[in-house]
Amino acid sequence: MVALTVNGTRHEIEAEPDTPLLYVLRDECHLHGAKYGCGLGQCGACTVIVGGEAVLSCVTPLLLLENKEVTTVEGLGTIEQPGPMQQAFIEEQAAQCGYCIPGMMMRAQALLGRNPAATDGEIRAHMEPNLCRCGTHMRIMAAIRRAGELMQTSGRAASADAPQRAG
Amino acid sequence: MRIARFLIIVVAMGLVGLGGFVAYAWESEIDPIDPPQRTAFDPALVKHGADLAAVGNCNVCHTAPGGKVFAGGLALPTPFGTIYATNITPDPETGIGRWSEEAFVRSMREGVDREGNHLYPAFPYDHFTRVTDEDNRALYAYLMTREPVRAETPANELPFPIDQRMVLAGWKLLFFDEGVYEADTAQSQTWNRGAYLAEGLGHCGACHSPRNALGAVRTDAHYAGGESEGWTAYALNADSPAPIPWDVDALTHYLHTGWETRHGVARGPMAPVTQNLGVLPDTEARAIATYVASVMREPTPEKRQRAEALLAAETAHPPGVQVQSAGSQTAPVLPADAQRGAAIYAAACSSCHDAGRPLPYGGLRLDHSTAMYGPTPANPINVILNGLPAPEGERGPIMPGFAGSLDDGQIVDLLAYLRSTFSDRPPWEDPGPLVARLREAGVEAGVYALDSGSAAPANPSKQETTW
Repeated sequence: MVALTVNGTRHEIEAEPDTPLLYVLRDECHLHGAKYGCGLGQCGACTVIVGGEAVLSCVTPLLLLENKEVTTVEGLGTIEQPGPMQQAFIEEQAAQCGYCIPGMMMRAQALLGRNPAATDGEIRAHMEPNLCRCGTHMRIMAAIRRAGELMQTSGRAASADAPQRAG
Repeated sequence: MRIARFLIIVVAMGLVGLGGFVAYAWESEIDPIDPPQRTAFDPALVKHGADLAAVGNCNVCHTAPGGKVFAGGLALPTPFGTIYATNITPDPETGIGRWSEEAFVRSMREGVDREGNHLYPAFPYDHFTRVTDEDNRALYAYLMTREPVRAETPANELPFPIDQRMVLAGWKLLFFDEGVYEADTAQSQTWNRGAYLAEGLGHCGACHSPRNALGAVRTDAHYAGGESEGWTAYALNADSPAPIPWDVDALTHYLHTGWETRHGVARGPMAPVTQNLGVLPDTEARAIATYVASVMREPTPEKRQRAEALLAAETAHPPGVQVQSAGSQTAPVLPADAQRGAAIYAAACSSCHDAGRPLPYGGLRLDHSTAMYGPTPANPINVILNGLPAPEGERGPIMPGFAGSLDDGQIVDLLAYLRSTFSDRPPWEDPGPLVARLREAGVEAGVYALDSGSAAPANPSKQETTW
């Protein structure tokens, strides 16, 4: 049994210690934002945030996560009240098939959480591990820039550790 | 009176000595020229220069992160302070646009700039002095036909008296052996080609040989292993730690592609070296490999035996399953840290590294990995933290980084397991502080993913890709 905090909620997980975090999130916590892409940590679709850092949940076993804080895309906001990252992706319509987008948002969130004024060069370098095969990259770039602006101007939570909750 | 006279003599002698040194250290200025037209250079010579610049790895130091290629500005941390790589584009004001060929050749041969200033040996003229005039002419033709970029080089951050370039004349007197490469007639043409490239433009020894307290490469420890930007440059002499000894074919493949099935992947500062060599015909990599393999010498019977056991194990069982080297019938009991590391390995590493799929698409069998046998854990720590970035526009091994999911203590446990399971060497001594330091340094500390915008391989025909 491993105690895990996901989006501020504590879970007691009954699973083998080598179970990938991705399976725990999807099958035990029923959070389906993080996606299974390659299963080898090579595409970024499964990216979530652990303790402020972007992490590939498909290659992160449960045993490494005892008492750590996990944030998934569901933790960035709600449909009624999207967080700045989600708002920016909606406004820029930065998705085609959308499969890679939760991972994109989480990796970008890890960067902007530290530095909402990241330069284009920093964003490009930081986003390098995440792949999109529809080719939406320019819109994703625009959305990340916009998310940074929203975080700076509205003073809304830039940090993934303090997500905006509805209600 | 006597004392006064004595003092006068001492001061006078000091002044004469100083004057003599200044005279010795003095290098004349070579007159500036009007920047030559691009069309003044033979295209074939330019192409030859491009290939030589790839061997010299010029683009890697002379390009700032995200900056224009060859425009300089990269900060080179040294034990003495920070030195900034200069702009070697043909810009007349901030680059080498006003340098004549004579001035360029002198800088390579003697480590002196056009104006007569001594250059810091961060520019490896102790190696470049071996380059022939003919090759320097080709390099000059290549550089003078690049796009001029206006970019001031930041001032070096060095303390007194090292900031006085005159001091470098003394350094050269002690450590600098000027002169073109002289062929060893007892060796083959290929060997000599390799030695010329490795000792000259390739400047392998700049990282793979240790340096003395004054920053000079130790000639008594040729290729005995060194350090570069937080990475260990493994020994390339008879002390090579590779568990399966290198041979010419394996080294050629490694130098040309950046990876080799039974040794590992070029990473850190070595990654761009192989990326640059990869744009050349593999005859150049083979020449260097021929020379380096001869420096490594034939493996000892003991090493050969170990390699045979490892290769036999390859077909018998997957790595990580049966622990310890051949001959031990019972799996030894692991210490507590290694046991915790074993659980991490099984859960996070094994799915790729034990899949039995060869490089570049599968993970390296770690009992074949030089890194497991290395004198320090710096390289495996860097790789565990930051992974192996995808090489641009070509196939190659990649690995995700685990900086976000493994804390320092977990990495220390993992290292204990890796070292005891996949090598026959004693444990690394307390890797904790090193893990913390390398984590702090982060990806910027020499994990190179060359992007086409900045440190693009020197091959001008390489297609530009965008993110």
